Order: sequence, then C-alpha cells, then structure tokens
Amino acid sequence: MATGVRMTDATVVSRSRPASAWRRLLRRKLAVFGLVLIAIVVVGAVFAPWIAPYAPEEQHFDGLTIEGAPLPPGGAYPMGTDLLGRDLFSRILFGARTSLIIGVVANGLALLIGTLVGITAGYFQGWIGAGLMRFTDLMMAFPALLLAICLAAIFEPSLWIVAMVIALVNWVQTARVIYTETTSLATRDFIAAERTMGAGTGRILFRHILPHLVPTIIVWGTLGISTTVLLEATLSFLGVGVQPPTPSWGNIIFENQTYFQSAPWLVFIPGAAVLLLALAFNLVGDALRDVLDPTQRGRG
Amino acid sequence: MAAYLARRLIESLLILLGVSFITFFLLYVLPADPVRQIAGRSATPETVQIIREQLGLDQPFIVQYGRYLGGLVQGDLGRSYLQKTEVAELVWSRLPATLLLMVAAIFCELLIGVTLGVVAALSRGRPLDHVVMVGSFVAVSAPQFVVSLLLLYVFAVKLGWFPIGGYGTFAHLVLPALTLGLLGSGWYSRMMRSSMIDVLRQDFVRTARAKGLTRGRVILRHALPNAILPIIAMIGIDIGVFMGGIVVVESVFGWPGIGQLAWQAIQRVDIPIIMGVTLVSATTIVLGNLLADIICPMIDPRIKLR
Repeated sequence: MATGVRMTDATVVSRSRPASAWRRLLRRKLAVFGLVLIAIVVVGAVFAPWIAPYAPEEQHFDGLTIEGAPLPPGGAYPMGTDLLGRDLFSRILFGARTSLIIGVVANGLALLIGTLVGITAGYFQGWIGAGLMRFTDLMMAFPALLLAICLAAIFEPSLWIVAMVIALVNWVQTARVIYTETTSLATRDFIAAERTMGAGTGRILFRHILPHLVPTIIVWGTLGISTTVLLEATLSFLGVGVQPPTPSWGNIIFENQTYFQSAPWLVFIPGAAVLLLALAFNLVGDALRDVLDPTQRGRG
Repeated sequence: MAAYLARRLIESLLILLGVSFITFFLLYVLPADPVRQIAGRSATPETVQIIREQLGLDQPFIVQYGRYLGGLVQGDLGRSYLQKTEVAELVWSRLPATLLLMVAAIFCELLIGVTLGVVAALSRGRPLDHVVMVGSFVAVSAPQFVVSLLLLYVFAVKLGWFPIGGYGTFAHLVLPALTLGLLGSGWYSRMMRSSMIDVLRQDFVRTARAKGLTRGRVILRHALPNAILPIIAMIGIDIGVFMGGIVVVESVFGWPGIGQLAWQAIQRVDIPIIMGVTLVSATTIVLGNLLADIICPMIDPRIKLR
C-alpha cells in the first residue's frame, strides 16, 4: 500500500502497554496538534445545539443583502450566511456531527469487514483465502469514488446509506494489511503450540491472533477516518452524499457552489474544515504507526 | 518472463471479468427501471411489457449477463436510455481528453513529488525536511474539490492567469493538471524520501563517494536512478486514485473527459453511463498495474518474478 506499514515479527513481539504508547504519542508535536483539532471538532459537534448561535435550518430575514446575496463573515453572523440566509457557523457546527458520525460508523464498519476478511483469508489460506483475496483484488480495481457514486445512485442517499456505501468501498486496504499480518502470525510457533494443545479455531483466532492485530487495527482505523471524511465530503459535494437540509461540510459547498466567485467563504470555510479534520486524523494515525510499530521508529 | 507475462495477463483478464460481473450486477439490482424511463409515466402495462421483451429485460440474470458480456467483448457498453445514444460512443469521444489530463497530472505529480522527496531526504531531520513532510500530509488530506476551487479562485478568478474552465489550449490544461499533481505529489514525496534515505545508506553510494565523485553526481547518477524504482511501481496504483479524482476535477474545470461525463450522468441518474465510465476506469487501472508489473522487472533485474 502507499503508506506501507512494515510488518515483521517485531510488531508482534512488542505490544507496547497502552499507557506508555499514549505518553510517546503526546511527545510528538504534530500528533498533539492533530489531537487538539479532533478535540475541537468533537466538542463542537457534541455541543452544537448550545454553541451554535442559531438553528442550522433557520433562514434569517436579515441574513441576505437587499440584492439577495449572502453576507460575508462578521457582525451577527461570525462566518457569514449562505445563499438562503442561514448562519454558516451554525451549519458548520452541525455539519461536524455528520462528518464525525460518518467517520466513526462508516470507518468502523469498513474496519470490521476488512478485519474479518483479512483474518479469515490469512488464517484459513486454501481456497477460502484465495477466493477472498481475489475478491479483494477485484475491489481494488474499482476507483473507490466511482463505485461509491454507483452505489449511492442505486440507493436513496441518506446519512446511514452514505455511511454504508463508504464502508463497502473502504474495507479493502484493511483486509490486505490484516491478511499479510495474519499469514505471518499463523505460521509462528505459539500458534502451532496452541493448536497442538487442542485449542479450537475460534479460540486461536480471537484469543491469540486478534490481540496481536490490535495495533494495526488502531493505526488503520485512525488513518481510515481521514479517508472516510474525505469521501463523504466529496460525495456530498457531488450531490450524491448526505442530502440537504441536513448540513454536511460537503453539501454546504454543493449548495453554494454557484455563488463561489462572489462569496468564496461559503466554499473555503467548509473546505478548510474538511481539510483540517482529515489532516488531524492523518497526523495522529501516522504518529500512532510510529509509536505502536517499533520497526518504524527512527525512520520518520 | 514469458510465463510470468502470460500469468499476469490471465490474472488481469479474470479481474476484468469480475469487474464486468459486479458492474452488471449493480445495473441489474437497480431500482431505477429503464423501461419506465423509455416508456414514460403514462405507458400501459402492456406497452411496458413489450418494451421489456424487446430489450431482453425479461430474461433471467445469467442470460442477460451473457449478452452484456458478449457486447462488452465487441466494445459495446450498453445504451443510455435517457440520451438515446451508445455509452461506448460517448466514452470513446471523451477518453482522449481524460488521457491527456492523466499524462499531464502524472508528470506534475512526479516532478513535484520526486523533487520534494529528494530535497527532504537530503535535508533529513532539518527544518526543510519537516516542512516538506507536513506539506505532504496536507496534500493527502486535502479534498480535491477544495483544491481545484482554490486554484480556480486564485489563478483564474482573481489573477486571471488562466481560463476559468474549458478545453483546447495548453492554458486550459494547467490548473486541472496542477490540482491533481499537487494532491498526488503527497504520496510520491513521502515514498521518494524514504526510498532515497534507504539508497543513500547503501554500500554502492559510499563507494561512489569514496571514489571522489562530487555530491551532486553521486546523488543524480547513482542514488536517484535506484531510489526512483519504487515510484514507478506506484504509478500503477496511482491511476486508481486518479480515475476517482477526475470526476471532481473535470467537473469543476469543465474539462470534457469521462469524469465530467460521469458527473453529468450523476445529475440525471443516467446509470448506464456511470457504469460505463466505472468499467472503463477499472480497465485503465488493471492495465496500469499490468504495465507497472511488466516495466519494473525490465528496468530492475533484481526484482524476482513471482
């Protein structure tokens, strides 16, 4: 994969204790920056009804100029208003909910599918493994965005459908990484020992292999949220994602795109929000990879 | 080599077969009924039934898939019921524009990515390295539509250096290619940096230095050609990212390629066109990966053929 997690036995041997991993994470400036950004977005999303000065759907009589154009940032509307005279700041706050819900739900699902496929293919090998991995290769041949567009066009897009669509196209990379790790784990002595002692397949998979995969799952889970947030924003920008009036950072841009030359803030404020949130998860994910995978240390 | 080629070729064909199956399956399970779209709302059930039989849509799934596959082999991508034209015709007429953009974008990606990657590797651990790496993070985290609209706003609307959109001259090509190039360079620069750092540690580089060659010559003639190999393999993967990106970039810049075609089809829920574009993109991705697998062993004899 492009980001190429390096997998050696060392990954498996040293499972750093969570507390020390956390401390090492906090020593990295970029990771802390990412965590702070994420915290801001989470607080904004959770407390949106209390922080937001107005309701996100409320159309203000004084929210448009006499000519009917949106208001620039400042005054009663800190980020300006959109083409319907709604407060952009309130919509951004509620849009954060959409991004986070999709980020967590879609990515969680993708992670679950990817882990199940990868662990099954990696442990059983044979025709099950080969079949599953050929299917994964097949999914790799589709451009994720186009496949998501097809799926979104088929189903009536809603928040949950969008989350499901994103999960359906995003599990592939996780499956590949988990597959590679499981194959190397499955050949190791302690697994053979367990098997000799009569442990069942379920026990080996969930008690012995899965725990060793946790660092990888955490890393890919974090990086995956970034991909998910970007994909949701892009789908919504194209009009096949989360549908208005539910605010999402992508569909705010979609709705206001025609005004973009005269009211650029309507495009660039939500755009910056998407970028910063995706950046935050990428920074944290990358730092986690360094912290949790000792073979990566010193390479950064 | 011949056996390897034959195997990779067969694998690629199998993947394409799978791709066609999934595409058709999605078309088949679709709730949007093409017959209703042709016949209109007021059609009687009898008319609907006749059109359904004419189109062969009353046949079982496997029969329909067989016919679809037979058409695909002959370059038939099906019909757009809304536009009343062949999808293949639409796609072929727009493919050259997309391929032009693709070549230009990959050129930009490589130029920006490789240069920044080498610069970062050579200044490893110093501020310049950190700036390049943070920049690469921003590049991989930036949504395509935001970057394309930003470049459009700054360089076309405000500065007026480039046309706002369209096709035809070199000036039209710059902004879309630069958007894709800037975004894609993020991965390339990270990859190039780590590859360069690995190569610079190796014995042959030390030997070249010990021979008394200048630093510039060691880097350009000895280290760079070796460090750049993994990048070439990556172009194959990158085509997949590119094929997704064109939908956004082409529609923002009004570039008349298959991405814009897909975007226009999305607006009208013209599924056969979306599927056609998906199929063509998937084929491009498979061919790109195949090409990378063929080229890499040719330029680097150390790569073992599986």
